[in-house]
Amino acid sequence: MVEYNDLIFEISRPGRVGSSLPESDVDCVDLNDKFPKHLIRDEPAELPEVSELQLVRHYTALSNKNHGIDNGFYPLGSCTMKYNPKINEDVARLEGFSRIHPYQPVETVQGALEVLYELQEELAVITGMDAVTLQPSAGAQGEWTGLMMAKAYHAQKGETRTKVLVPDSAHGTNPASASVAGFQTITIPSDKNGLVNLEELKKHVGPDTAALMLTNPNTLGLFEKEIVEIAQVVHEAGGLLYYDGANANAILGKTTPGQMGFDIVHLNLHKTFTTPHGGGGPGAGPVGVKEKLIPFLPVPRIEKSGDKYVLNSDHSHSIGRVKGYYGNFGILLRAYTYIRTMGPIGLRQVSESAVLHANYLRKRLAPYFEAPFSQICKHEFVLSGSRQKNLGVRTLDMAKRLLDFGYHPPTIYFPLNVEECLMIEPTETESKETLDAFADVMIQIAKEVEENPGVVLDAPHTTDIGRLDEVQAARLPILRYFKEEIVEKETAKS
Amino acid sequence: MAATYRYLPDTKQDQEEMLKFLNISSIDELFEDIPAEISLQDELNIPEAVPEPLLLKKMNQLATKNKNANHYPTFLGAGTYDHYIPSVVNHMISRSEFYTAYTPYQPEISQGELQAIFEFQTMVCELTGMDVANSSMYDGFTSLAEAASLAVASTRRSKVLVSKAVHPESRAILHTVAGGPGYTAEEVNLADEVTDLGKLQEQIDKDTAAVIVQYPNFFGSIEDLKAIKKIAEEKGALLIVSANPLALALLQAPGKLGADIVIGDMQPLGIPMSFGGPHCGYFAVSKKFMRKIPGRIVGQTADEKGKRGFVLTLQAREQHIRRDKASSNICSNQALNALASSICMTSLGKQGIRHMAQLNIEKADYMSKTLEQKGFTIINEAPFFNEFVVELPRSVKEVNEKLLKAGIIGGFDLKSDYGFENQMLLAVTEQRTKEEIDQFIDVLEAIVNG
Repeated sequence: MVEYNDLIFEISRPGRVGSSLPESDVDCVDLNDKFPKHLIRDEPAELPEVSELQLVRHYTALSNKNHGIDNGFYPLGSCTMKYNPKINEDVARLEGFSRIHPYQPVETVQGALEVLYELQEELAVITGMDAVTLQPSAGAQGEWTGLMMAKAYHAQKGETRTKVLVPDSAHGTNPASASVAGFQTITIPSDKNGLVNLEELKKHVGPDTAALMLTNPNTLGLFEKEIVEIAQVVHEAGGLLYYDGANANAILGKTTPGQMGFDIVHLNLHKTFTTPHGGGGPGAGPVGVKEKLIPFLPVPRIEKSGDKYVLNSDHSHSIGRVKGYYGNFGILLRAYTYIRTMGPIGLRQVSESAVLHANYLRKRLAPYFEAPFSQICKHEFVLSGSRQKNLGVRTLDMAKRLLDFGYHPPTIYFPLNVEECLMIEPTETESKETLDAFADVMIQIAKEVEENPGVVLDAPHTTDIGRLDEVQAARLPILRYFKEEIVEKETAKS
Repeated sequence: MAATYRYLPDTKQDQEEMLKFLNISSIDELFEDIPAEISLQDELNIPEAVPEPLLLKKMNQLATKNKNANHYPTFLGAGTYDHYIPSVVNHMISRSEFYTAYTPYQPEISQGELQAIFEFQTMVCELTGMDVANSSMYDGFTSLAEAASLAVASTRRSKVLVSKAVHPESRAILHTVAGGPGYTAEEVNLADEVTDLGKLQEQIDKDTAAVIVQYPNFFGSIEDLKAIKKIAEEKGALLIVSANPLALALLQAPGKLGADIVIGDMQPLGIPMSFGGPHCGYFAVSKKFMRKIPGRIVGQTADEKGKRGFVLTLQAREQHIRRDKASSNICSNQALNALASSICMTSLGKQGIRHMAQLNIEKADYMSKTLEQKGFTIINEAPFFNEFVVELPRSVKEVNEKLLKAGIIGGFDLKSDYGFENQMLLAVTEQRTKEEIDQFIDVLEAIVNG
């Protein structure tokens, strides 16, 4: 393949066009007659000028430099990189869904509202909650939405609770969301088994506790067995329990956050419910709540009145709006399609397979790496690269070496409470052959660290670009392209 | 269970082999850490699985229940617009190397996405006239609230002033967000259909972190950013501008008129209406806020051999590093829609985007002038882009029902958000033909005369 490294701006030439718009069928307007001079653009925006085929070649070339789930195994812990079904993509693109305006009269969008209403109901069943809002765009926004509801709930009871408790293994969004919602974060250390230390928790729970945020199974892939006791401790102090649904892929049809005692739950539809990650988004982070929190749900709520679906903003205790319109509808559609595809038995099998795969892979790899926790895991597990670190090779190096074999590396250096952490989530959609092939490669790399560390330290060898200088990127930020560069390039050539 | 679901590849034999390797006899043993008292005894009470052909049929039926813009010409705007999307956009974003990828944390195998974002950032900077843009936000509304929070945090002041001519949903979300850290979001009244600069002058004080306006504003009119900047600057407040990126093809870049933060939604450029989402917020700032901007940013660097490459950078700002000290909690964004928007901007190109914006101005101009000739009152006093407000002799609801019968989706009713009776906000994009506009007006005349 011919190497292609140009920016779209560098292949741009004045006068080329990539689209054809019709000529105006109404009278011309001279901007100078319509707008004051100082509000008329004086210099055109320097957008690219390329033909349609040049555009297609450019973005095809870029896509060839990108690794997605369709390219190969993607065991990125806590991210649930499972297969993104194609029917979901087709459904989201149906004109009856993609070409409707959010402010159309409700009579003209009953099909869309039916999907949203049913999705709310089904997610409530899956999480063991009493009601669900689909507005939040992502997990982090769901967390913040949930915490704002917790705040409103306590306020209505006349209580000011200022603290949110978060275990040390939590996702970074948990403390950040708590902070954005105006709470102070208290970190609870894990015990030697990687679980919430109940005694430590008791020390910190009190009349100022607004909520405990917990991921269960936690980010180490371990189920918090004492969850019932944990819930009791928090509830007795008047606090609420918040469930970070990032790891919901382990529990579908097996248990629900509601049964565990949680009051508020968010789900990441782009993790558990197969909507694509899109290179960073869009996702969707619906939030479910127990009955006592229903009055605080964001508005508008999607409700059913007789056999008609309606939007209702008449809820005086609501925290208000959290997102434009009704959430990321196109993403919600994909999740709805997935839930319909799998049904109740299929969803349970999803979690069973995901957990089987993780335990299988863990046992295959455990002899070659430090495995800090010996108990069964759920849908993901952590290993430590500390043994390899003692030989002068870091987890980062091993991750880069995996690229040579066509694998996306696991999540690394997270959770923070495991040294040189590798967090591996194989998911249920991978075949045993894939798991075995990955295990073989991991074992090979562990051997390379002992016998030929240079090959790992210098990795990757096969990608079209080597390790990038991230320090320079942050120190002297170049965050956009400037046309001057092309001038210099041309001058240098001549 | 064994390979009866197309997304689950395990055969019975695979399972048995894995269980045997684990020295256990059933998968249930792997769930023994879930206490019995919280284990589900029954299957989830949701509908049974549906095979693909039947599901496609069902989803098509649901889709058909909705009246869509392919069959019902729409005059709704108010933040979401029916614009032409070049065919290449969907083809390119359907490359699954893009859409099935995670956030590009491993740059060696994510150069495609990283470079595409770098190009997106450049295009946003070009349109807005700002120095730095991030890789996207959830939508324009939440971007506005994030901008307000940034302004409050960086000026250490306690209130923001937001014009009532800013989208009602933006203001609603801003009020929700402000309740977290506890700053005040005070609204500034209208003078006609634009921000009342006299009121702004009265309300602004030394506690004001920022003045927030929309450009064009919710009613389609162009706010005088230069005059607003002057008022903000006198009190040391920042100017936050929420801008329609298509309008910026012909309107002066907010950066050149003194904006400190420019935010908005890329939906008009390459993103389907999709019942309101997913769209794509953008966020651009002047250089002094480079290290305070929320969300992910891509920067250019080089590998060991000096070859140009791209990485996520300035990550010290973000939640996964700063945790509770982070000023924003955003993690997932709208990357794929940012890509769609980049491809659309590339397809339209430097000339095409201006042509598209010009068509919007001309069609809206034609419709408003024709309505005036027929005796209707246009409310806008200031020049407008592709939206304007018309006063009707009947309620908007009633008129919209009649229009719908004629196969047209009418405009936005300003009654519930503003209390304006019989006032309809109309959007006329390049998608609307003269014929459709004339038909709309014919229906309107028939209502008045009937």
